[in-house]
Amino acid sequence: MNAATETLRFVRAQPVDAAPPPNLVRGPLAWIRENLFSGPLNTILTLIGLFLIYVTVPPIIKFFFIDAVWTGTNRDACRPEVLGRPVGACWAYIIDKINYFIYGSYPAQLRWRVDIFFVLLAIGVGWMLWLEAPKRTLGAIYFFVIFPVLAYMLLNGASWLGLEHVPTSLWGGILVTIVVATVGIVFSLPLGVVLALGRRSRLPIIRMFSVIFIEFVRGVPLITVLFMANTMLPLFLPEGVTVDRLLRPLVGVAIFASAYMAEVVRGGLQAMPKGQYEGAMSLGLNYWQMMVFIILPQALRIVIPGIVNTFIGLFKDTTLVAIVGIFDLIRTIEASRVDPAWAAPTINTTGYAFAAIFYFIFCWGMSRYSMAVERRLAAGQHR
Amino acid sequence: MADPKAEAAVQMLGVHKWYGEFHVLRDINLHVRRGERIVICGPSGSGKSTMIRCINRLEEHQQGRVIVDGTELTNDLKKIDEIRREVGMVFQHFNLFPHLTIIENCTLAPIWVKKMPKREAEEVAMKYLRRVKIPEQANKYPGQLSGGQQQRVAIARSLCMNPKIMLFDEPTSALDPEMVKEVLDTMVSLAEEGMTMLVVSHEMGFARQVADRVIFMDYGQIVEMNTPDEFFKNPQHERTKLFLSQILN
Amino acid sequence: MPTIAQQAPARASLLYDPKLRAVVYQVVLTLVVVFLVYTAATNAVANLRAARIASGFGFLSTSSGFDVNQSFIPYSAATSTYGDAFLVGLLNTLVVSAIGIFFATILGFIVGIARLSKNWIVAKVAMVYVEVIRNLPLLLQLLFWYVAVLTSLPGPRQSLNAGDLLFLNQRGLYVPKPILADNAWLIPFMFVVGIVGTIAFRIWAKRQQEETGRQYPVGLTALALILGVPALVWAVLALIGGRPVGFDIPRLQGFNFRGGMQLYPEFVALLLGLVTYTAGFIAEVVRAGILAVSKGQTEAASALGLRAGQTLRLVVVPQAMRVIIPPLTSQYLNLTKNSSLAVAIGYPDLVQVFMGTVLNQTGQAVEVVAITMAVYLTISLVTSAIMNIYNRRVAIVER
Repeated sequence: MNAATETLRFVRAQPVDAAPPPNLVRGPLAWIRENLFSGPLNTILTLIGLFLIYVTVPPIIKFFFIDAVWTGTNRDACRPEVLGRPVGACWAYIIDKINYFIYGSYPAQLRWRVDIFFVLLAIGVGWMLWLEAPKRTLGAIYFFVIFPVLAYMLLNGASWLGLEHVPTSLWGGILVTIVVATVGIVFSLPLGVVLALGRRSRLPIIRMFSVIFIEFVRGVPLITVLFMANTMLPLFLPEGVTVDRLLRPLVGVAIFASAYMAEVVRGGLQAMPKGQYEGAMSLGLNYWQMMVFIILPQALRIVIPGIVNTFIGLFKDTTLVAIVGIFDLIRTIEASRVDPAWAAPTINTTGYAFAAIFYFIFCWGMSRYSMAVERRLAAGQHR
Repeated sequence: MADPKAEAAVQMLGVHKWYGEFHVLRDINLHVRRGERIVICGPSGSGKSTMIRCINRLEEHQQGRVIVDGTELTNDLKKIDEIRREVGMVFQHFNLFPHLTIIENCTLAPIWVKKMPKREAEEVAMKYLRRVKIPEQANKYPGQLSGGQQQRVAIARSLCMNPKIMLFDEPTSALDPEMVKEVLDTMVSLAEEGMTMLVVSHEMGFARQVADRVIFMDYGQIVEMNTPDEFFKNPQHERTKLFLSQILN
Repeated sequence: MPTIAQQAPARASLLYDPKLRAVVYQVVLTLVVVFLVYTAATNAVANLRAARIASGFGFLSTSSGFDVNQSFIPYSAATSTYGDAFLVGLLNTLVVSAIGIFFATILGFIVGIARLSKNWIVAKVAMVYVEVIRNLPLLLQLLFWYVAVLTSLPGPRQSLNAGDLLFLNQRGLYVPKPILADNAWLIPFMFVVGIVGTIAFRIWAKRQQEETGRQYPVGLTALALILGVPALVWAVLALIGGRPVGFDIPRLQGFNFRGGMQLYPEFVALLLGLVTYTAGFIAEVVRAGILAVSKGQTEAASALGLRAGQTLRLVVVPQAMRVIIPPLTSQYLNLTKNSSLAVAIGYPDLVQVFMGTVLNQTGQAVEVVAITMAVYLTISLVTSAIMNIYNRRVAIVER
């Protein structure tokens, strides 16, 4: 205790330099002690956590890597009795069937059309999602108008271009999953904007229709919408007009997604400060000019995370078309597992594992993007 | 004068604190007598808030001793509870409980910590709400009050526990300028009644009017400590002079 | 010559009059919708007649002719009607949803709080769980539980068992079935008495606290009254004369189990899938709710001398709940809607039984779809209405 504690006045003569903390406060051992074993409850929790890791992680690694079979041409490659060791994932099976999983039964010599479709889609998505991209309105026109037409011609065929027709019954696998998701986003975003504007409209009938539509669609499971589209669409059309089997669930998915998208867009419209509306109106813009040039670009930008989250949900929901008989990735995988050439005990699980990896990479990647955008938007507001 | 240690409200002896590798409090030695009013100033990041938060254990010190009203602060939860009952704190962002009314904010701790009957707690609360001059707001919610009113409620809420020591962590920094005066006036009247106060603040007018001592902190250490007159007229240390020139211009 | 002030205001061109435009838009929209509905309806009538499919709801009293494996009401292919099938499906949906909501909430809260734990391992394990669950389609997870797990279970003779009471095998989960004796009603009766007693005690204790400041242990007393007393009554009845609640324990006879209650693998798989999936989302909701309460609140409460348990109960949880409850009910609704995926693994829920089998057999798509959607809509709208009432009541009052 020095004199400073007793007197009223004090002037520091020598500055105190920064010193490293005592050993008990830093270092890896201290960190472990603090965070993992700081008390009886914490210790028990750590042990439970370690136990859970022990029970799940090693079997997964064993299945995916250690016991996995990477090469082979038929089931003998993946049978434990032939191989002489326990067999985990039969990746050889996936590699052998990869084209089927990606394209379905799309004719092999025409698969280049599907590849071009994938590339065009990637361009469109990249253009829309890269926030600093140039001429993004051009990108929007490309993505929502030009690209769908091109995609239709490429995938379905356009005889006047020399592209022969490929019936949708031959499409399958990842192609179908991507098509359903793409149709979902391309149609649900504009439709969702219209519904959101309708819901906020001052005209009572328009608002009523929008609210009824949105609440109805959001109140029922997607499966019922798909079933409805499947069974009732042919009923509502005049006799003799058949609806393509793939088109029916596409309609269902588009309608379903647009209701959820409408709520996301509505959130963005509500978040716009009133001053933006007033500024636009005072410039003499009419309703549509104000919306298209001033309000919507900003509102949509604010809710990009919400839009991406809705899209992630949509991407996962594409699996439901399998239940109405469409050959998406999951149904394609299930169809291929009856192949006798590949009858082995782990084929089933390997197929699902492959699907899981595919979906996880896409969904997780999109959610990372969404979080990055959220951070950027939040940073921009902290001025 | 009696043994100064017996009248000690707060003693900090050789206190050091680290956040990870960062040495945030360096060799703090402070002796606060009962009834003293201390104003602590310094640039941001100098550790002023951290220092007073060590007094009611909102922050933990790693080296040295902190003794509050004769009780030493350690990891002993019972001692911490005892000390927190004697020490009141007012925060920069008020921290009123938004889901409770004003009077419920004030009676919460007396009812649940001091086990007071509700009627008695409400009488005490109304007494202090009158002291801070907003008794009519008793049944409103914090969200309905202005910033200045909320901070005065925060002061009343702390006073309802009858603390011996009051800590203020930049109480007016989050207020609009026209509301600063009403809060400072409340704090002045509190000081005039003899409350022991440690105030972290940039309000130099308040310091000149009310403080017994002004402390300047920088880089986690107490650089200079003096009576207000001497501190403002005759700063001794280079860093104090620099800081004052920035603040007072 | 009239001055400007006396001249009538200029008539805006009819084309640009906003009020007129508003009316026109709405009329046009209504006409378009009416036209579409009319065309669709006439087409549907024509198509249905051509396919010789009946109309109306008479089919509900027609005999069904198909069997359903898991049903909570008596049902048989011979005597039950389509209306009964509807009830079976509806009950199955409600039961799996209710049980699912219960367990998903518990698991979701545990994982959500675990994510905020200072224990690094626990927080990371919870994070991995949430990330994996949320980024995989529910259908895939259901198939995983059904195909990968349940069909790799052993046959009845090599069942996994918990003591001699619970048996898990390919055919399902076998649990003891309670058989109630005549005086068994006393037990749930005492349970209700316990609840009433707890409420009364709480009111008394609160008044005591307001008047004298003394606090009584409401939580422990509640536990004693609600759980302890019925248990005591059970024990007493058992001692006096015969067991009030007997258990029919599943026993292996031959190749199968007899007695007990059989929960089919489809039910178990659906429950596991729904619970783990929804818990992942509930965890995020809980985490957001707890984070929404600023640290300053806990600090202020601690500074006032409130202990950790009191701070949690009086300051943090009330505020967190306001943020948690609306999205939580959203997740409950999602779970109920997601139970319709039962159709993929053959669990006889409302969609599988009614929109699947019944629709296929009767061909009356319009009626069946309408009824099914009406059921889900009712559940959704009622829940939303309750949520809105709750929200309005607990909203934090601001200027």
